[in-house]
Amino acid sequence: MAQNFFDEMNLENGDIRDAYNGISKWVDETADEHLRVKRKEADILFRRMGITFAVYGEGGDPERLIPFDIIPRVLSNSEWTTMEAGLIQRTSVLNQFIHDIYHDQEILKAGIIPEHLILNNSSYLPEMQGVNVARNIYSHIAGIDMVRCGENEFYVLEDNCRTPSGVSYMLQNREVMMRLFPDLFAKHRVAPVDNYADLLRTTLIECAPEGTGPEPTVVVLTPGIFNSAYFEHSYLADQMGVELVEGQDLFVDGNVVFMRTTQGPQRVDVIYRRIDDAFLDPLTFNPESTLGVPGLMNAYRAGNVTLTNAVGGGIADDKAVYTYVPDMIKFYTGEEPILKNVPTYRCSDADDLAYVMDNLAELVVKEVHGSGGYGMLVGPHSTVEERTAYAERIKNDPGDFIAQPTLALSTCPTYVENGVAPRHVDFRPFVLSGKKVRMVKGGLTRVALREGSLVVNSSQGGGTKDTWVLGK
Amino acid sequence: MLSRTANNLYWLSRYMERAENLARVLEVANRMSMLPNASGDGNQSEWSSALIISGCEPHFTETGQLVDADAVIEFIGRDEDNPSSIYNCLKSARENGRSVRTTLTSDMWEVLNDTWLSFDSRWSDARRYGEIRSFLDWVKERSALFRGAMYGTMLRDDAFDFARIGTYIERLDNTARILDVKYHVLLPEGENIGGGVDYYQWTTVLRAVSALGSYHYLYREDPQPWKIAELLILRPEMPRSMLSCLLSVSEHLERLGDSYGRKHTCHRLVGKMTSELKFADANEIFREGLHEFLSEFIARNNRLGEEITKSYMFTG
Repeated sequence: MAQNFFDEMNLENGDIRDAYNGISKWVDETADEHLRVKRKEADILFRRMGITFAVYGEGGDPERLIPFDIIPRVLSNSEWTTMEAGLIQRTSVLNQFIHDIYHDQEILKAGIIPEHLILNNSSYLPEMQGVNVARNIYSHIAGIDMVRCGENEFYVLEDNCRTPSGVSYMLQNREVMMRLFPDLFAKHRVAPVDNYADLLRTTLIECAPEGTGPEPTVVVLTPGIFNSAYFEHSYLADQMGVELVEGQDLFVDGNVVFMRTTQGPQRVDVIYRRIDDAFLDPLTFNPESTLGVPGLMNAYRAGNVTLTNAVGGGIADDKAVYTYVPDMIKFYTGEEPILKNVPTYRCSDADDLAYVMDNLAELVVKEVHGSGGYGMLVGPHSTVEERTAYAERIKNDPGDFIAQPTLALSTCPTYVENGVAPRHVDFRPFVLSGKKVRMVKGGLTRVALREGSLVVNSSQGGGTKDTWVLGK
Repeated sequence: MLSRTANNLYWLSRYMERAENLARVLEVANRMSMLPNASGDGNQSEWSSALIISGCEPHFTETGQLVDADAVIEFIGRDEDNPSSIYNCLKSARENGRSVRTTLTSDMWEVLNDTWLSFDSRWSDARRYGEIRSFLDWVKERSALFRGAMYGTMLRDDAFDFARIGTYIERLDNTARILDVKYHVLLPEGENIGGGVDYYQWTTVLRAVSALGSYHYLYREDPQPWKIAELLILRPEMPRSMLSCLLSVSEHLERLGDSYGRKHTCHRLVGKMTSELKFADANEIFREGLHEFLSEFIARNNRLGEEITKSYMFTG
């Protein structure tokens, strides 16, 4: 695969892109040894702050660090402005879509999206049909995965409308960078991200059930310390100044949710839950779940508590539904989508399926319900046997798969074992929807640390970088 | 505040305090083992008493090991199967801390986390070079650092009260045990108080609670058993004395009662225990039997702990 990748710092003609002038100079002027020392320092800082994600069942230390790269990724102000407008447009429409699906289903009636794709989808929860949620918002916190393939080529790779994680890394990466390289910040005008928690709190408060007093009680609901994202749950609760609760701390009485406190029961109005739908309420969903709160769904349906993100929102980030997002935008707003989708072949469609089968070696094939980079076929890196086996799976259940061309993900300078080298990156900005849509200027950049690798997932050798949006 | 949070804070402090106390106990045993010894049992009694004070003698006996310096240091210091080892105390302290990270200040959390992460290297260094003292000093240092971080950075709200209550309940228990066990070790039946027992032995009791200097300052004479008992039970100015611990528990429970506008059985209990000690007389305690007095107080202290738990709905 002789492909030229777009590098965000070095242009092919040898020029440095404007946004990276400062970084390029800094990298050139800084001794390799110094960078090495700084990287070690970063590791120590992350460990001491306890910023780890947990991996159980693989042996070794269950609390691992996600590798952190000390060279920031830089976006210019104009790049950000366009992206931001696109993200706001997209998440607003996704929220409209979920509301529509659980109410009048106009978009299905208009034939824009095939009905069976939604109503037979395991992410569609009939329990939510006709239920009104505060402000008609379902995905209060959305993480939209973006990739870049050229100077002006940004694509949305995936929408995460359920419980997108990673925002704590965005915040901590910035914290660590500012401790390690204060001079570098002094020379750049980097937009701050540290007001994220304030925006999040405001968003959650705005979405309290109608009739709640002026100071709604907000909590973060975590599965507990053994969850891989526990650090993030506790960090966000801390930054917002709200309680971090587990299922056992809550109970429902008369369709109202309370938490057990040292002064007796206290009413809860908004739950930022970091537990999947299926585990929320053993009375409605998985009866085996000990993580949830019995009776929570009844309280929710009665409108006495807000769950963020809403139950059933997964219908909007299903990979098969993803392919229809540009159509949704046109349908609900009449506008052209600002952000492009990656061209995607739906294997449920006969023509697309035929094309996918003929071109497996060039495509990336994904399971519609999969996540985290598992269960996908990366055509150019696969063997004939792997492709044959995968083709068999697609044939058995074509509706379960989509395919995309192998994307030429952009690269960013990254500090690796033998110095600074380009590595592929993606980007996850976070979009908050309350009374209005809010974002901080930044997001989480993930980087594939292995040379040539396009897989950025932390479970598969990916790391993270601080992401800078420069001032005007 | 969540009941679970209060529970975690309470236990977090108890475990930190216990780790420190275990280090003190080992330190004294280690020191004694370097001195010429009167009982002629190869210092075994020192190591046995370390096991008894830390409450893990039955468990140790089950392992079938002989009581000697090496085995006891290993058992109290690092044994993963001994729930009261320093290792497990620091581990539990951190786990409790992790569950309530939102309530801890980052200074407190970093001490807890750092302590746990460096445990293994500290321990193996100390063992490799036979310098258990440096390890024990480190444990005391970490506990002091944690206390400092707590005092210096934590909001004075109910979280602070629950954390402090845990410390004092644990400390009272420990002081009472040290006194109780030491008197048994040092005063076998029929032995007269102040009889043939070595002066150095008596000082160990004081050293175990870092009170040797205070004793000299307050009494200006050689350590005498009844005065030591008075110092460690009844003196309010001695920060590890039983009365001092109770006064502190009482103060924090009062604060909770005031801010929550509600009092419970534990308030009555602590008031009763405190006033008993306030007006007690050391000679009387001795006459009626120190051991009986101490065992009863240890039991009452446990009950106080349980009542506090019940009153504030702890779920753990």
